[in-house]
Amino acid sequence: MATTQLIDRRLNGRHKSAQNRQRFIRRYKEQIKQAIAESIAGRSITDVASGGEVRIPRRDIAEPEFRYGNGGWRHGVHPGNREFVAGDTIKRPEGGGEGQGSEASDSGEGEDDFTFTLTRDEFMDLFFEDLALPNLQKTRVQSLVEEESVRAGHTHDGVPSNIDIVRSLTGALARRTALRGPLRAELVELEDRLNICTDAQERAALRADIEALEKRIGMVPFLDEFDLRYRNRVTRPKPCTQAVMFCLMDVSGSMDEQRKDIAKRFFMLLYHFLHNTYEHIQVVFIRHHTAAQEVDEQEFFQSRDTGGTLVSTALDLMDRIIAARYPREDWNIYAAQASDGDNWPMDSTRCRELLVERVLPAVRYYAYVQIVASQEQQLWAEYDSVRATHPHFVMQKIAERSDIYPVFRQLMRKTTS
Amino acid sequence: MSDKLISSESDWTFEIVERFEQELGRLADEYRLDTYPNQLEIISSEQMMDAYAFTGLPVNYTHWSFGKHFIATEQNYRHGQMGLAYEMVINSNPCISYLMEENTLTMQALVIAHAAFGHNSFFKGNYLFRTWTNAEDIVDYMVFARDYVSDCERRHGEIAVEQVLDACHALMNYGVDSCRRPQHRSAASERERQQAREVEFESRFNDLWRTLPREAARDGREPPLRFPAESQENLLYFIEKQAPHLDAWQRELVRIVRKVAQYFYPQRQTKVMNEGWATFWHYTLLNRMFEDGLVSPGFMLEFLESHTGVTFQPGFEDRRYRGINPYALGFAMMRDIQRICMHPDAEDKAWFPDIAGSDWITTLDFAMRNFKDESFIAQYLSPKLIRHFRLFTVLDDDKRDTLAVTAIHDDAGYAEVRRQLAQQYAASTYTPDIQVHRADLRGDRSLTLRHTRHQRRPLANGADEVLRHAALLWGRDVRLEEVDTEGTVLNTRLVKTAVENAA
Repeated sequence: MATTQLIDRRLNGRHKSAQNRQRFIRRYKEQIKQAIAESIAGRSITDVASGGEVRIPRRDIAEPEFRYGNGGWRHGVHPGNREFVAGDTIKRPEGGGEGQGSEASDSGEGEDDFTFTLTRDEFMDLFFEDLALPNLQKTRVQSLVEEESVRAGHTHDGVPSNIDIVRSLTGALARRTALRGPLRAELVELEDRLNICTDAQERAALRADIEALEKRIGMVPFLDEFDLRYRNRVTRPKPCTQAVMFCLMDVSGSMDEQRKDIAKRFFMLLYHFLHNTYEHIQVVFIRHHTAAQEVDEQEFFQSRDTGGTLVSTALDLMDRIIAARYPREDWNIYAAQASDGDNWPMDSTRCRELLVERVLPAVRYYAYVQIVASQEQQLWAEYDSVRATHPHFVMQKIAERSDIYPVFRQLMRKTTS
Repeated sequence: MSDKLISSESDWTFEIVERFEQELGRLADEYRLDTYPNQLEIISSEQMMDAYAFTGLPVNYTHWSFGKHFIATEQNYRHGQMGLAYEMVINSNPCISYLMEENTLTMQALVIAHAAFGHNSFFKGNYLFRTWTNAEDIVDYMVFARDYVSDCERRHGEIAVEQVLDACHALMNYGVDSCRRPQHRSAASERERQQAREVEFESRFNDLWRTLPREAARDGREPPLRFPAESQENLLYFIEKQAPHLDAWQRELVRIVRKVAQYFYPQRQTKVMNEGWATFWHYTLLNRMFEDGLVSPGFMLEFLESHTGVTFQPGFEDRRYRGINPYALGFAMMRDIQRICMHPDAEDKAWFPDIAGSDWITTLDFAMRNFKDESFIAQYLSPKLIRHFRLFTVLDDDKRDTLAVTAIHDDAGYAEVRRQLAQQYAASTYTPDIQVHRADLRGDRSLTLRHTRHQRRPLANGADEVLRHAALLWGRDVRLEEVDTEGTVLNTRLVKTAVENAA
């Protein structure tokens, strides 16, 4: 018997297949993105960052090889015969099941979809790609954290302006005392001996010693580089605790499914920014046509009404909800509004007033998107005048998914600078 | 219970696993099993999934298809639709067997007996493995292949490499010479050969050739020679050597895939024998340990539960029926040969006069060494087993409205059932016969493949796509003719390449 080795490989790399997995995802990116698009329709805004299962058709990822098709003749040998005898005939099974046993088993489980789970990062990567986010921003978005600079003791080096003088001098004093102390004691002893000494030669020697000692004491510097202390500051994530995100959407007849899908992605993206910044987020859905009401997410995206549009009702409702439930000092308030731009002419002016007087002072960021650039409506003009004076108000016309990102560009610039 | 008991625990430790390996090794020696040295590796379930994805090699080059394989395995495993196999063993020297850390002690012992002694001795002894695989060098060769592929990716880009590999994978079943014995090379000499090829390729380049006047057109009096003179079954080899437009590195990639195909070639043809042999030995060895008082009844119960699960053969009407279980058939045949040797009855003496009553260890060893599934079944399947499995044959002919039962487990049918079952494991049954028929190297440089229909069976629809892959490697038009057994061309598929005609 040859020698046997027993090796514990458990600590070796576990992710040998990670690279192959990435290759697979790269190769089928288009199919996966399609699958993500479909899955977004079915997922809640607050689920955007949870990764998830995607399905792609199995035939799309099949590896081709030469195989037998149906036809010709073949013998099959099967176990478990009960009543057949040679010469019996059997009706052909439906769908040719038996005849193509080998083919079915070669191609896996047949025609069903290939299902697999994307990690959160993979999901977000593809999601962002669809939204045409610049690469640099992707990573920033992932870690959208506000930082603050806090004092953190003292260090030995730094810039001169940060020198803590009192600290440094205290240290210097201590050092001088420590270094001179023993020498001083020796000096006192030598001086005492000099005072009682009578022998001239010995006195000369003592004097020389004293002189040398005084010189050494004199060489201890008043302030050494070693004594310098600098005030230290570190940056650390600012504790942001809670945020509330208002989603306002026009649900009048002109908002069709496609526009709602774009609106949904817009809300998702904002949610994702906030998700990385705040521990707790609440989402408030307000839909409006001629009247506004607060609804749950499902109703928000699914229900559809007809009739005119009064945007101001939504702003008014938002203002009242803030006053009632989200005091400004406890909550970071964000708002995102999606609309197709239709509004009753008289109402748009009121919208601007509400925005400027009530809403904008309360929120940290307000994003408005007008989906599909129809002719310029009065609402757009009114909002446009708000933009000039309020940097935290942004607006954008969106025709495609890739138009969504620029809306948030400023938000990200603000939080990453 | 006996004081010789190795352990009464169900959890394993390194010491106990080693102890089992020693005892099993001692018994294996007694049964004259000749094995490569064993290397047992304890791995986690995730590492087992990696090993799955690498199609049973410890190292492999990077390719998306392995990622797909991994994702599918992972998904099924996470969702509990599939347990991982308890064992995986690599035909290498030393022979690497994986033991999953989650296994109980009983399962570890079973895996050691099954893989480290059963499969291991089969790899070392069976003529197909001895001829077509090189256990000494496979791991080193795969390290070379992995490094070479990643080097190519750096030099030529991932996409370019992926295209070549995709194309090679599509033709992977046609990368083996089934009749000619391949020559073995060590991994080191493979590396040298690859470098020499590159140097040669570059040194051959001479810009002066470009300035030569073109050869005058042939007057057509010479009879056109068919090239190759004989049809070539190894498509990848032919492409590696003859494709007019491949660069040296692309030829090397073709070679790598071809080598891997050749390495796995014996496994497809010995599934029944290999699993049957390994199952027979884990059954025999662990039963011996029990008789010797080394393991407890509880151990045996757990072992037998697993063993019967593995060798279960549902009948054709059962919902679980997925064809014949190679473990069940192989194990039953090995046991049956043992029985015929030890306790032959009149029927056995009539059917197997050579082996009835012979020494079973010698007989089994001979069978293991000198057969593949097809010939093994043709040689050894006994009437008793045909009755045991209640085997019957069904003819499925598209010219008839119904299926016909042609033979069953009775005196009139034994020989036919055995012949048809053996045929079911013949290479021609699962791989269409496609060969290089003509390469027009002096004319338009097109490549003609020929599919000779076996039992009138046509190719499935995916053939066109495979052909496109072949055209990518060949670089010129590729056509595929389907011919019947008389050589009459039934239809032709043609894939034109976008490459401009250089002439």
